[in-house]
Amino acid sequence: MHIVYLGKLADIAGRPAEDIVLPATIATSSALRAWLDDTRAFQGALLHRSVRMAVNNEIVVDPHPVVDQDEVALMPPVSGG
Amino acid sequence: MIVITQEPFEPSAALSRFERHAAGSGAVVSFSGYVRPDTAGGAVERLHLEAYPPMTQTGIVEAVRSASLRWSLTAAHVIHRVGDILPGEAIVFVATAAPHRRAAFEAADCLMDYLKTEAFFWKKEVTASGARWIEPRDKCYIDQTRWKSSKDGRQTCTE
Repeated sequence: MHIVYLGKLADIAGRPAEDIVLPATIATSSALRAWLDDTRAFQGALLHRSVRMAVNNEIVVDPHPVVDQDEVALMPPVSGG
Repeated sequence: MIVITQEPFEPSAALSRFERHAAGSGAVVSFSGYVRPDTAGGAVERLHLEAYPPMTQTGIVEAVRSASLRWSLTAAHVIHRVGDILPGEAIVFVATAAPHRRAAFEAADCLMDYLKTEAFFWKKEVTASGARWIEPRDKCYIDQTRWKSSKDGRQTCTE
């Protein structure tokens, strides 16, 4: 699975993206958030409601199925213009 | 036309091109946004804008398509910078053309609200005292509710 961290989440993760092997026990976006938050230094940042998740370039609503072949993006509140 | 670019651009040149492209329309409206030289945290050294292609691009395409239908636009153009942007440089340009002025004004306004609060951009402000990620001000979200319409409550510029 390719995981992209956007905005401040990349600073917290210490990298803009990473490739992982999805643990067999993780089948949903919610479980993925919790696992990443727990195993990286996020300290709850990924669990915040304002952080959206995109799977293969579509915003999903938790819990959404995820598989190892997916690209997942974790998105804090946006800010353009 | 929608352009997301690392390169500096000249809004006045973009407007000239757009006016030629939109020739025959009764009304052309444009907005140019620039990086302010200072903020509450002091003098701004630069802004850093991040996007997530292709979602950034497809989201803007959809917003422009929706606005074009809602306000019967004859043309629309969005330019948005990414990467490092210096004070005084243009960060965003929106132009709309329509048969009459009200439609062109409202469509440009709605597209700017979309870019501020919905488009997939992340903005970091770098000052002498450090860097911080910017989140939209409450005022931006209030502005945005003027156009709210889609079923999930997110603004789309759709009627």
